[in-house]
Parts: sequence; C-alpha cells; structure tokens
Amino acid sequence: MFKQLSERFGPWVSLGIFLLMFLWLVMLVILPQILMIDYSLRPNLPPSQIGGPEDQYTLRNYATLANNAIHQSIFFKTIWSSVLVTLCTLVVCYPLAYYLAKVATPRQAALCVLLLIIPFWINEILRTFSWFIILSYRGPLNALLLSLGFIDRPIRFLSGDGGVIVGMVYAYILFMIFPLYNAIESLDSNQIKAARNLGSGWIRTHYRIIIPHAKPGIATGCIMVFMLSAGSYAVPALLGSPGSRWFTQIIYNWFFEGGDWNQGAAYAFILLLLCIGFIVLMMRLFKVGLGDIAR
Amino acid sequence: MSSHSLLKWGIRFYITLFFLYLFTPLIIMSAATFNDSRFPTISPWRGTTLKWFEELWNDSGMWQALGNSAIIAAGVLLVAVPIGVACALFLSTYRGNGKNFLYGLMLSPLLTPGVIIGISTLIFWRSLGVSGGIFLTVIAQTTFIAAYVMLMILARLQRFDRTLENAAFSLGASHFQVFRRILLPYLMPAILSAAVIAFLQSFENYNTTLFVKGHDTTLTIYIASKVRTGLTPAVNALGLILILITILFAAVYELKRRHEARQAQVDPETASEPLSR
Repeated sequence: MFKQLSERFGPWVSLGIFLLMFLWLVMLVILPQILMIDYSLRPNLPPSQIGGPEDQYTLRNYATLANNAIHQSIFFKTIWSSVLVTLCTLVVCYPLAYYLAKVATPRQAALCVLLLIIPFWINEILRTFSWFIILSYRGPLNALLLSLGFIDRPIRFLSGDGGVIVGMVYAYILFMIFPLYNAIESLDSNQIKAARNLGSGWIRTHYRIIIPHAKPGIATGCIMVFMLSAGSYAVPALLGSPGSRWFTQIIYNWFFEGGDWNQGAAYAFILLLLCIGFIVLMMRLFKVGLGDIAR
Repeated sequence: MSSHSLLKWGIRFYITLFFLYLFTPLIIMSAATFNDSRFPTISPWRGTTLKWFEELWNDSGMWQALGNSAIIAAGVLLVAVPIGVACALFLSTYRGNGKNFLYGLMLSPLLTPGVIIGISTLIFWRSLGVSGGIFLTVIAQTTFIAAYVMLMILARLQRFDRTLENAAFSLGASHFQVFRRILLPYLMPAILSAAVIAFLQSFENYNTTLFVKGHDTTLTIYIASKVRTGLTPAVNALGLILILITILFAAVYELKRRHEARQAQVDPETASEPLSR
C-alpha cells in the first residue's frame, strides 16, 4: 500500500496522506461508532461504579424500546413518515427531473438548475422556519383559507404530524431532484427516440427505458431523503408539538434531559441500524452497488 | 388542441407550480421582516418598518453565535480539506486489496444521520476527557464534511492525465516538485470549490452540532432556539440576510463554473465538475 503511494508522491507526502487518512477514519469515523455501541451495551452507572462488578454487558437498554409502547409507536411513526416523505419527493421530482434532463432546451435547463441550487444552499433551519410562519395559527395560510371561505376558524397545523411531514418534504426535496436529474441526463436520448419509433407509448417508455436507467439516481435520492427525514431533529423540533415527537427527539432527551447516555446510545444505534437497513433494501431493490450511490 | 401541446402546457404549468412551491415560503419569510408586527407574519400587514434589522444588530447573542459559527467553519475548513484531499489522492493511486472497503468506509459518514455522528463523537471524546464545545463541534462536523471534500477532489482527479507526472519525472523532477508544481495546481480549482462547500456545510449544520456544542451557540442553533422561545421578526431579518448572502455565493459559484466549463470546451484538461453535493 505504502509502496504504491511512495512511488508516486515520495515518502514524505505519502506519510502525510496516510496520517491524515488514519486520523480521520480511525479517530473520527470508526472509534466513535464502536464506543457508541459499547456504551449502548452497558448499564448507566454513577462514575464511582464504572469498571466495577456492576459494569457488565447487557441488552437492557435495547429492551427499553421493546417494553415502552409510546417509544415504539414513535419509532414506527418515524419510519412510515420518512417513507411517506421519500415517496412524496420521488413522485413530485420525477416528472421535473425528466423534463429538465430530456425535454427542456439547454438554456432552460441551466436556468432551472440555478433556480434549484439557490434554495438548496439555504439553511435547513430557515427553510423549515418559513413553513413555521406559513402554517402558524394566525399565519397566511389560515388567513387565505378564511378569506376564501373554505374554513370558519383557523386550523392548528402545527399541532400534529402533518406539519412535520410538509416541512420535511420541503426541506429535503432537493436531495431527491439532483440525483434523479443526473441519472436521467446520462441516458442517451436516442434510446427514447428508438423506443418511440418502435411504437412504445409514453408510459411504457418510462417504465422500460428511463426508469431502469435512472435506478442508481432513484436509489440515491431515496436513501438520502429517508436518512435525512428519519434522522432529522430540526424539522420536528420547529414544526412539531409535544404530541408529535420524532425518534431523534427521544434520543436527545435521553442525553440532555434524562441524563442516561447509555440508553441514548442504544436508541441512536437502533436509528443507525434502521438507516443501514433502508440502504441495503434500496440496493437490493434497485440492484445497485455502493459505488453507484453518492457519486 | 392536440394531445402533444396539451402535454407541453401541462408540464409547463407543473414546473411553474413547483418553483412557486419552492420560492413562496422563502419570499413570505423575507417579507415578514418588514412587517411592523410583534410576531413574524404577513397577515395582517401592520405597516412597513426596518426596526427589526436594528433589533438584530443590537442583539449581542446573535453576534456571539455568528462569531462561533465563523470560528467553527474556519476550523472545519482547515481540517476537512487536507483530509479530503489526502483520501482522494490515496484512492486515485492505490490499486489492490481493501480499496472498495476503504472507499465504502470513507462514504459512510455521508450515509449516517447527522445526529448519530454528533452522539458518537460526544461519547468518544468524553472518554478522552473532552466535553462539548467549539473544538468538539469542529471534530464532529469534519467527520462528514471531509467525505464531501474527498468526493469533489476525486471527481477532478479522475480526469487527471498521469503522463504529465511521468514527463516531469523523466525530466528529473523530484517527487515533491511534481506534487507541488503539477498535481496541486491542477487540483486547486476543486480544492477551492470544496473549501466553499465545506464552509457552507459547517455554517448551516444543525443536527450534528446540537449534540456536541456544549454551552456554545452557533448561528443555526441560535435561530432554532429563537423560533421556539422569544420569536420576533428579528429572526426573519437574519434569515433574509443569510438568504441574500447565499444567493450571492450561488451566483458567483455558478458564474465561475460556467466560465470554467466554457474554457473546458476549448481545453478539456481544465474542466471543472458540476456541483456535487
């Protein structure tokens, strides 16, 4: 390993490369995860008893979730809501990505991409905050609906899961559109023409030609949006209410209100397993490898 | 009207609707800055005012948070960019066992929820006796931002012509000279773009920072806490300023990218890569 690098960069630069890589991967990526798992398997003890006879590996912290109906329902709600957010963004983005990649003229496409990049660069908190204003009790949406006569009195949008889901679709939609756009754009337009000439209808062309080609993009977009939604703290914190908590909020409470880091670590690891499970599922479903994702 | 032109109008309508959806919330948020109302809204309009900018200016908490964010972003930039460059150089050179595994490992922080990166960093460094604060925030953010940098540098390295290096070697250049005079100048545009992205990513991070910030506050943490307690349109004023800065950044970045893309049509060797995020 070192020999190959040393032949190209010389010994000193190679040493620097190895050192930086080692520091990052070992100190920042691997060891913290291992320690988190280790923490999750130990009981929460006062400092004096750590390392003592009580400090045995146990699955008790994982059993907490199995025994707590409220936490369970929040966990499953987090899963299905994240799936819902992922599906919504996929359905909304696919026609747009197709249009930008294959129908629009290069000038139109360039303008649209620029218009997409700008909100993409704007802070997640600000994008969520803008929905906080729109959905608030005396906000513009209620005012609009009242003035049009659709409702008699304002609706409390911010007291359920609906507001959180709306906010998440808005906050993470651009993580769907760019992978889709990049994937569809790399398809040779002649393939679409050929399919059309051979008598394939629109739906069939999409189903048989475009979607199979866009698989890596669809998988990447779905993985990113699901991961961001399931792991989001900002959106539920801003747009949710105490009655619509997210799994990440329970984790946060274990750390900073419950003071039980071991328990929090177990819940965090469960969330990580959920995301890994989703990634594996997507890779199987779309038959793509890790190399196709996150290009 | 034929079905084809109906489809065309349909898709135009759809795209207009989509961009309305994308921009209306941001416009409403910006407009609420100028409303003379205690709570940020646009309905009802109680008169136009600039007083919320003044209130924001006089808020010492905001300045403190801004300072922390700037320090953290600068720290992340200094740590994450060299790491990302080193890893990209490694991946583009090494051929052999374990390369795919290492590549997967380097990508893994991008596929890990931000809260988990924050939590694992917090736990690990507590065992070393370091508690939350600016230092730990830099470390936690570097964990995943280095991966972004690595991807951006790697994209450019893949188009690098290794014969340039070989030519320099056969002309008697040392390893260090080749690295310093050939490879680094070639990578410079990608390094600069990666630095901008790293800075922005750090500046706007919330989920990871929340767990490792200790008692320090960053600008995004400040905004989120204001929204939940003590919300006034001063937050909108801050939002508007950040949006304007973002638009400026995006415009400069895009212009630069197009300029390079145009150059690349003449000279494919210096092509830059599109926004990879």
